[in-house]
Amino acid sequence: MLQRLRENKAWQGTLLALPTTLWLFVLLVIPLFLTLVVSFGRRSPDGGVIYGFSFHNYLRLIGYSTNCPAGQSACFDPLYAQILWRSLTLAFWTTVIVILLAYPLAYFIARSHPRRRNTFLMLVLVPLWTNFVIRVYAWMMLLREQGVINGVLGWIAAQFGLPFQPLQMLYTPGAVLVGMVYEFLPFMILPIFTSLEKIELPLYEAAADLGANPFRTFLRVTLPLSMPGVVAGTILVFIPVMGTFIVSDLLGGKQVILVGNLIQNQFLSARDPTFGSAASLILMIMTLIVTYFYTRKFGFGEEIITA
Amino acid sequence: MQSEFAVELRDVVKQFVTPEGNLLNAVDHVTMQIKNGEFFSMLGSSGCGKTTSLRMIAGFEWPTEGEVYIEGKPMGHTPPFQRKVNTVFQNYALFQHMTVYQNVAFGLEMEGADKNEIEKRVKRALEMVQLTGMERRKPRQLSGGQQQRVAVARALVKLPDVLLLDEPLGALDLKLRKEMQLELKALQQELGITFIYVTHDQEEALTMSDRIAVMSKGKVMQMGTPVEIYERPANRFVADFIGESNFLEGKIKSVSADEASVFVPALNAELSGVPMSKDFVNGEEVVISIRPEKIRIVDADAEKDGVFRAKVINSIYIGSDTHVFLDCNGVRLKVMEQNHISRLDPHSFYHKDQAVGVYLIPENTLVLKKEA
Ligand SMILES: Nc1ncnc2c1ncn2[C@@H]1O[C@H](COP(=O)(O)OP(=O)(O)OP(=O)(O)O)[C@@H](O)[C@H]1O
Ligand SMILES: [Mg+2]
Repeated sequence: MLQRLRENKAWQGTLLALPTTLWLFVLLVIPLFLTLVVSFGRRSPDGGVIYGFSFHNYLRLIGYSTNCPAGQSACFDPLYAQILWRSLTLAFWTTVIVILLAYPLAYFIARSHPRRRNTFLMLVLVPLWTNFVIRVYAWMMLLREQGVINGVLGWIAAQFGLPFQPLQMLYTPGAVLVGMVYEFLPFMILPIFTSLEKIELPLYEAAADLGANPFRTFLRVTLPLSMPGVVAGTILVFIPVMGTFIVSDLLGGKQVILVGNLIQNQFLSARDPTFGSAASLILMIMTLIVTYFYTRKFGFGEEIITA
Repeated sequence: MQSEFAVELRDVVKQFVTPEGNLLNAVDHVTMQIKNGEFFSMLGSSGCGKTTSLRMIAGFEWPTEGEVYIEGKPMGHTPPFQRKVNTVFQNYALFQHMTVYQNVAFGLEMEGADKNEIEKRVKRALEMVQLTGMERRKPRQLSGGQQQRVAVARALVKLPDVLLLDEPLGALDLKLRKEMQLELKALQQELGITFIYVTHDQEEALTMSDRIAVMSKGKVMQMGTPVEIYERPANRFVADFIGESNFLEGKIKSVSADEASVFVPALNAELSGVPMSKDFVNGEEVVISIRPEKIRIVDADAEKDGVFRAKVINSIYIGSDTHVFLDCNGVRLKVMEQNHISRLDPHSFYHKDQAVGVYLIPENTLVLKKEA
């Protein structure tokens, strides 16, 4: 046996891949398979699963409903489709805004004096030392009707003797967007910074030498060379935003329900694991499709990841 | 109005604050005039300010004092993208995200040339550096020598008045370097563009240049043609830095227009008719510089003016030449002899303690100031 192992490359490969395969199997393949099986079942009255093979849950997600006005046995209810669409657009806009905010910041840090660079990077990372949920709570404090922002605005209004009606900021889509952008900003700044930092100084000089002014140098040299960072950041931001439910739960309340909230709801309060499983799989498929087309166009940002 | 000089540095100083907090004159009151169509080299050891000088011409640095002129116009703070000079960078600085074609086309696009024009000129530039057929490759997919050619094509395609090259062959192996030296020189002659070439390799500078500026510690030690630099070094530093030299200390006995008689205590003799390129006064302490290949070894008992007795310390056979180290009344002399004839018998070579005569031909020596 040992003899064979020593001589046979294929055997060695199999053995080396075994731990990873096992790990993937236990933590990925089995749970995924269970989710798939459950998603084809039906909810039992006590919140259990009646196993079967029905697309009922998937049909519900795209608008098929049996909960209809009298006389109809089936009708169209866009509620869940809307939730899916809302998640997708919110994730899209979050990513776009995060890119627009993170790029100049990363650029600034990458171009700052090496001695100050580490301080700036620390400042980007410091919020991550606090718990995710606590950071969202902080935003609740800021955005509440009696929160910090309304307090300051009210005080300013009072100085000028103006009437002031507290703004409704919490529990709006805007609040969720702000929260998402805030939570995921560092995950965009860091990869963009890494890719910008790797661009060597002589490249900028070469561009200038060949007649490019600073603006064109940015467009033709800096931007393309930092694209791997943008791509890596996009993947790091878009995927978790699609799935997260804490931000929308705390800052959006009942007003802004996303797929994440839907899934959480089905498993906990609504006690329908079959529908929850179907929603999870749809979320995964949606994310995969978007990521697939995105990476096919721009690559994986592998230069960053392997750096 | 066309200026006689492609590039001129007038009393240029570049001062840096080092990370240790000291002031350093990387370039120290340098004046150079580089003629149109000339192949001009800056030669000097590491840290002597060659790159800094070149960067001031390109516009990446501004002089602390003095002024850089291009085509007779003072450059002041003109940014690089507005100067009609182009640079071949030491490590090429090619755009890795672009193909060879795109790299070379970049400078023309920045000029706003139209597509047909760009295509024509890129094609010609790539032909010039023999890279036809490689248009679609990325720089990563090229060898070092090929990348170097892309860098040259990218700069030359803009038809600059002046091409600046910062040790462009430094990363190549010896054989390729020699090939590229000839190619670059041929290209320069064909195009008639002024080349300003930075190198620390004296052989490279001597082979390629019309004129050379020998630099040390931010200063120009001598400027001249390769022959002038080698045969008439202006001072002890240049005589020592370019090629090799033996130095004999002496004292001026008498001077004429361009020759001197020098008494050399070590030889207890006066050498007369020694050429000199500076004004010296009687009684001045000087050194006589003698190139190793210009000394002849003769029979020990040869009686002739300029022949002195010496003893062989050792000799080294290096194929084409033999290097012989002699002791001449306590002065160590190095002599290089070409191996004209094929010899196999080890006894026919010089051996330790052999008595010989050295023939110092005064007209092949040179009087220099004593201090470097
Ligand atoms: N930006 C800078 N800040 C401080 N000192 C500098 C800077 N650039 C160059 N120097 C110093 O100026 C001196 C000349 O540097 P330069 O790069 O011109 O040398 P060089 O002749 O090109 O040397 P090499 O052959 O090693 O390239 C060096 O002592 C260097 O340390
Ligand atoms: Mg240099």
